[in-house]
Amino acid sequence: MSDETSIKKDDLQADEKDLINELTDSEYKWGFVTDIEEEEFPKGLSEDIVRRISKIKNDPKWMTEYRVKAYKHWLTLKEPKWAKVKYPKIDFQNIRYYSAPKQKEQLESLDDVDPELLKTFEKLGIPIEEQKKLSNVAVDAVFDSVSVKTTFQDTLMEKGIIFSPLSEAIKNHPELVKEYFGSVVPYTDNYYAALNAAVFSEGSFVYIPKGVRCPMELSTYFRINAMDTGQFERTIVIADEGAYVSYLEGCTAPMRDNNQLHAAVVELVAKKGAQIKYSTVQNWYPGDKDGKGGIYNFVTKRGVCEESAKISWTQVETGSAITWKYPSTILKGDNSVGEFYSVAVTNNYQQADTGTKMVHLGKNTKSTIVSKGISAGHSNNSYRGLVKIGKHADGARNFSQCDSMLMSDKCGAHTFPYIEIDNKNSIVEHEATTSKISEDQIFYLNQRGISTEDAVSMIVNGFCKEVFKELPMEFAVEATKLLALSLEGSVG
Amino acid sequence: MISIKNLKAKIDGKEILQGINLEVNAGEVHAIMGPNGSGKSTLANVLTGHEKYEPTGGEVIFNGKNLLDLSPEDRAREGLFLGFQYPVEIPGVSNATFLQTAINEIHKYNNEAELTPKEFLDRMKEKAKVVGMDNSLISRSVNTGFSGGEKKKNEIFQLLMLNPKLAILDETDSGLDIDALRVVSNGVNEFRNENNAVILVTHYQRLLDYIVPDFIHVIYQGEIIKSGGKELALELEAKGYDWITNGEA
Amino acid sequence: MSVEVKKMDAVERYTASAEKIIARNKNSFLSQLQSEAKVKLSEMKFPTLKTEEWKYTNLKRLLSSELIHSSEIDEITITSDDVEKCKFNNFEHYLLVFVNGVFNEELSDYEELKNEIVISTILKAAEKDKKLIESYFSKIAVNKTAFDHLNLANFTDGLFIKIPNGKILRKPIQILYISDGKGDMTFTPFRNLFVVGENSETSIIQKYVGQDGSKYFNNISTEIFIGQNGIMNIYKVELENEDSYHINKTDVTQSRDTQFNHFNFTFGGKLIRNDINTELDGENIECTLNGLYIGNGNQHIDNNTYINHAKPHSTSNELYKGILDGSSRGVFCGKILVDRDAQLTNAYQNNNTIILSDTATVDTKPQLEIYADDVKCTHGATVGQLDETALFYILSRGIPRDKAKSMLINAFAESVVDSVKIEGLRDEINSLIYEHLNRDNVL
Repeated sequence: MSDETSIKKDDLQADEKDLINELTDSEYKWGFVTDIEEEEFPKGLSEDIVRRISKIKNDPKWMTEYRVKAYKHWLTLKEPKWAKVKYPKIDFQNIRYYSAPKQKEQLESLDDVDPELLKTFEKLGIPIEEQKKLSNVAVDAVFDSVSVKTTFQDTLMEKGIIFSPLSEAIKNHPELVKEYFGSVVPYTDNYYAALNAAVFSEGSFVYIPKGVRCPMELSTYFRINAMDTGQFERTIVIADEGAYVSYLEGCTAPMRDNNQLHAAVVELVAKKGAQIKYSTVQNWYPGDKDGKGGIYNFVTKRGVCEESAKISWTQVETGSAITWKYPSTILKGDNSVGEFYSVAVTNNYQQADTGTKMVHLGKNTKSTIVSKGISAGHSNNSYRGLVKIGKHADGARNFSQCDSMLMSDKCGAHTFPYIEIDNKNSIVEHEATTSKISEDQIFYLNQRGISTEDAVSMIVNGFCKEVFKELPMEFAVEATKLLALSLEGSVG
Repeated sequence: MISIKNLKAKIDGKEILQGINLEVNAGEVHAIMGPNGSGKSTLANVLTGHEKYEPTGGEVIFNGKNLLDLSPEDRAREGLFLGFQYPVEIPGVSNATFLQTAINEIHKYNNEAELTPKEFLDRMKEKAKVVGMDNSLISRSVNTGFSGGEKKKNEIFQLLMLNPKLAILDETDSGLDIDALRVVSNGVNEFRNENNAVILVTHYQRLLDYIVPDFIHVIYQGEIIKSGGKELALELEAKGYDWITNGEA
Repeated sequence: MSVEVKKMDAVERYTASAEKIIARNKNSFLSQLQSEAKVKLSEMKFPTLKTEEWKYTNLKRLLSSELIHSSEIDEITITSDDVEKCKFNNFEHYLLVFVNGVFNEELSDYEELKNEIVISTILKAAEKDKKLIESYFSKIAVNKTAFDHLNLANFTDGLFIKIPNGKILRKPIQILYISDGKGDMTFTPFRNLFVVGENSETSIIQKYVGQDGSKYFNNISTEIFIGQNGIMNIYKVELENEDSYHINKTDVTQSRDTQFNHFNFTFGGKLIRNDINTELDGENIECTLNGLYIGNGNQHIDNNTYINHAKPHSTSNELYKGILDGSSRGVFCGKILVDRDAQLTNAYQNNNTIILSDTATVDTKPQLEIYADDVKCTHGATVGQLDETALFYILSRGIPRDKAKSMLINAFAESVVDSVKIEGLRDEINSLIYEHLNRDNVL
């Protein structure tokens, strides 16, 4: 849409300049390094490394074979270049593919967890301890590449819900994992999916049995800690017929000068009449104000809806130097529903190319896309979305709304909607807007007695309202704060 | 209430106000008229502190304080209100939230208690009636998707809600049909009392049929070149601006 | 090539017709303009399917038809009974009646209006107030296609209305354009010129009605100038008969603080082409272009809108809805241009179509051309069928199919009909919708 806009010179008032300074000085809130022993592999990727990861994870044979197959396939692929992001070539041999906090033995309770680690979680504001029970959230925290502890497992077990680190699930529920692993995102899907399949070290596995409504929100926190480490986690969520689950995913990483790689895969399966609500607040380290460091976030997320099922993706993306992410839904069954609500914020030199794919195959399938992009500083923010209506998708219906907000004259917002319709009896609607948070808007609020800082947060939160209201309550509060943090004073 | 002395200001480096002198007392309504580009809107924006407009000389005393030293929000909190020529849309922020925040900020500044939600709601209902705004308009996002007339009514609604000491209304009558003009004027007349004051900036004299001013000033090339009572409007209507501007030249 | 020859025929035919008209015109200003237009016409070609702006509309049959200029038909009898049948009666109004482009004083009813505004035919106005006509006539009608020149070169007279400054007209003006003609196709080129004063408010209903059994081609050009803070509402209701061609262009210039609302209801005609062009030449302007079209049989309905946001702080709203049955075809092309200077523009455009049969088709082409960087522009387009589930639900409550269908269609059309500001007219439009949905498929 609008790009490199020409506008008059910088004529900010003193107090706005202060705010900008405050922002550029304000450190990345999660930017600290936990001082605990890490067990690391040497840098580089080879079949040997893949096998070593597999061994350390105690993989069954089929999984080891799967990894090696994926690795061999990866070797034949080229990095995708179509996204509107620019970055120096990634040296895949200069990345460490496994890093785990060194642990003496299997932990039985939270008391056994390394106190340093617990402190880290506290700093992150993740109340992993008993207070968790009050807030009714079960957490699986993935620290670098290993899942540390899953709370609440017992409560969940009573209902037959499986919520565990993937490695445990592979051991305890091999048949289930084998059935679904790679069923939605096969290793042949794309470059990063292949890489993930080869070297994934941990992840979360969720299974909700038939007709069960998961009584609490399930949550995973991912954190990259070790230097030069890539994180390749894998999440699988299966909601059996008529089941319901709301799953939250949060991400943070410490400040590092080097770029770190994150290439996750998420697979969702919603069986007949099931519902999955998948929410993400992504706050990986975005790099400093000059664009140094930060996470490269290349993620493949996809879900399949069977008859009358519903998958709803909600994401708030404020972090990462580069975000490359298109949570998608295949509406396979008749009357199934896909939703995508997204806020992507970029500041300084961040780049985001994100959106969704809604593939309508079944009859009377419906999808809704609401995407809000906010760009500030020198950043670039692109929405890229595909709506595909298949030949047999009679009565399919899509509504897409893509709004971009520009906060400086050096940033860019782009919209790439792809619409492919092979069925006449369908309705596809698309709306797009580009606006600028302007001096006039702020002055209007000032003139009603509201300070500039409050004005910016009011305007930005208003802009994102349709997405925030989709988030679970406590995530919404966090998202609002994150947004303020990422954007404070960046009006210009 | 406000005392403007030899006020000069520029925008984008261009001197627009060439020395404005104006005294407004409590209980008075002043109308400022003038042809396009004469500096009417500039005056409104300089007084309220829009950053694009740079004061370059003179002084403005508002309630004993040097107005030009204050930030825009503090000017508002001191009781200065601008009815915008182009009210701004703020998607996702409801009129109610917006006004509640504004009122509480103003109260906080003046060491007054915040309104309780009930007090706030009662005031909203009462004032909405005056300008004929229905509840749906109040719960909608600020000015978003409003017609031109609805936006201007919303400005007057905000005026009544915030109840400032001095209201500057910048072309609040432009683009309105006759029914909306009556509603807007009615709202302003409702607001007027012996303790507050109004400055009407207008392009069209028909507004003055509905809000009768005590004084009329004609601004031209950044100066007030003629002042008079309400009869000046009739003269202007009959003769146009030319008879004054030519006389000046 | 034979196609080439045919096209030349059309140009020749209309040029020849223009020659006769111009020879009779005694007004030097107008005849001069007409002569120029005639020359331009003779040098032009009519648009074909290869012309981008006309790519969905085939003009071959219209352009190959023999025709007779309406000024050459003497015997037309339209009675007050006919007028009574044709006009809207459901609300108070002033009435002006034109029959084949000729003003009929007897059938009109506008005594009171004469004291309120300036109203006359263009020829009379040109004699009476030469300067006035010279400063407005043919000033904004963008002379681009052959139809613009054809209209100017061939028109014999038109309607001139000037609303004085500050005039608020409480009653709308209903203008009834009745077409009648037997034998060869009657060709009626017609012009309207409306000059709207500052701070004034006016509503005009343009109703086009064709007499049964007549064949005709109406070519209308309307120019509207709106002075500062003025308001103009135009309701165009088109009920031409099934053998008619209707090519209509409305060009508008809006000054600062003005409102222009154009409501375009299309029910009849064989081939309909509407062009509405508005120039938003000032700040704080509101422009609304709404439309509803119902196509049936082999009707072809082509709506083109063009909005130019030239200055900042203005808003345009567009909502066009179509209901297409039989083998009808609907076209909507909406172009919005936002100039570099036009910051803080709001432009909304929406086009929704319901297709009721397998053979009806629609082409929709939104075009946004934006050169400013702080604007809000949205466009949406939908094409769909009647909601089968909803239909079944209504049927299951014992309501017959045709009633159920029109219930759903009324709901679909509601947002356009509701934007009509004259209550009595809303009712009239609603009953026209009902009537046209339930006409036989014999068209």
